[in-house]
Amino acid sequence: MEKIKLDVQALDLFFGKKQVLKNIHLSIPEGKITALIGPSGCGKSTLLRSINRLHDLHPDARLMGKILLDGHNILHRNTNVVHLRRRVGMVFQKPNPFPMSIAENVAYGLKINALCSKSEMRARVEQSLRNSFLWEEVADDLDKSALELSGGQQQRLCIARAIAVEPEVILFDEPCSALDPISTAKIEELIMGLRGKFTQVIVTHNMQQAQRVADYTAFMYLGELIEFGETRQIFEKPQQELTKNYVSGHFG
Amino acid sequence: MTKKTISRFFGFALLVSATLLVLAIIGLILFDLLAKGSSAFSWHFLTSFPQKGMTEGGIFPAIFGTTIVTLLSTALAMPLGIGCAVYLQEYAADNNLTRLIRASVRNLAGVPSIVYGLFGLSIFVEGMGMGVSVLAAGCTLGLLTLPSIIATTEEALRNVPRLSREGSLALGATPWECVYTVVLPSAVPGILTGLILALSRAAGETAPILFTGVAFYSRYLPGSVFDEFMALPYHLYILSTQHHAIEAVRPLAYATALTLLLLVFLLNLTAFWVRARHKR
Repeated sequence: MEKIKLDVQALDLFFGKKQVLKNIHLSIPEGKITALIGPSGCGKSTLLRSINRLHDLHPDARLMGKILLDGHNILHRNTNVVHLRRRVGMVFQKPNPFPMSIAENVAYGLKINALCSKSEMRARVEQSLRNSFLWEEVADDLDKSALELSGGQQQRLCIARAIAVEPEVILFDEPCSALDPISTAKIEELIMGLRGKFTQVIVTHNMQQAQRVADYTAFMYLGELIEFGETRQIFEKPQQELTKNYVSGHFG
Repeated sequence: MTKKTISRFFGFALLVSATLLVLAIIGLILFDLLAKGSSAFSWHFLTSFPQKGMTEGGIFPAIFGTTIVTLLSTALAMPLGIGCAVYLQEYAADNNLTRLIRASVRNLAGVPSIVYGLFGLSIFVEGMGMGVSVLAAGCTLGLLTLPSIIATTEEALRNVPRLSREGSLALGATPWECVYTVVLPSAVPGILTGLILALSRAAGETAPILFTGVAFYSRYLPGSVFDEFMALPYHLYILSTQHHAIEAVRPLAYATALTLLLLVFLLNLTAFWVRARHKR
């Protein structure tokens, strides 16, 4: 049995009166890639954003239940959210580099969390850029604005920025939805390369993508978790009728 | 021609003539100022003191006074206004109290400037004992510009995409680190533009400085913030209504108006330049 990194237990989430997540149970194994799939509006992004408590920004959001990270409930009111987000990184739907230089973008998390000394900074920046397959392309332009990069490069920069602080978990919220196929392939290669180093959770619309990269897949529908298992099993031998219809393209 | 094309034609003609009329009015004002003021307008006029009971010489002390009082008012209003906007936009909960504060700020923007002048007289000049001075006038003008600085800063902060904030918070930034390192820098062009527009309004105001710091005539430049000063808008008022030889000083009055306009125009140009530079 693999070690469980994240354990979602009986999670309910409301925006105002509307219930968006219903009694979610999900155990995400350490070091693996877990995909969340399902039609638009099924709550997969909402679930993802619960894991680093981004819903705290939303005054209407109410969460009940537990999400255990290494056995500690991160939804507890005493959780240090800033510390949590250092441990659980996130890459967003659209690339969102800061309006700073490439190097400053990668150094951002290191600086605000004071994770390394000034002298180590350069090496850490370089290492993170190498790990995200961006170093070769930007090595000579580290002081250029990150906004001048292409969309795909920006997204890899955002991944470099996330891994620079050495989180334990990385959440990907449809990281390729704004990218062309070549950039998408690079991001997928990158995510697979990070397998084992980080626990990765990826929300995707793209079922092929889930099959290519994910070890485990969870299928969600209308705020409920319908089925969770090894990716192969979900796509080839789904246990639920709904899952079967979805992965075979009958709806969604 | 069908009924529809006719009404379209007239609608269009109406819009064009409205625009042309506005342009014509602006053109007329500029032309009038230039025609009547350019004879008195010169380098000497900009750089020397008034002479012979203001019938000759220049307006340097008024330019100097307007400049420093405007700069002082900005220096006072900027930190307060930006701080207030950051609080309202980034920290305050979205409740009735916040809405009340916001509505009050918006209403303050509509208060007539003479009321600010009276307020400045009773609070700064008398209440706080600043006397009729650069400091009291700067404070009063600062107050006057606060509402618009707050409003434009809030607007600029609101326009920073949510995704930028989340990117920063998701890396373990505290709310303040997020505001300071990502939100404020992204909002700088909007904030600066609002600031400069507020400043250019302050430069042209007469009523708020009337009781709080401006002098009819001063032989010296203000030596400290507790001295009186001369200012362009007030100087213009004197030359055009209070002078013993109004007809004789008409060109000087027009040249003063031209200078004030140029100053405000320069400020607006700066705002334009700042915005254009940051867009790239």
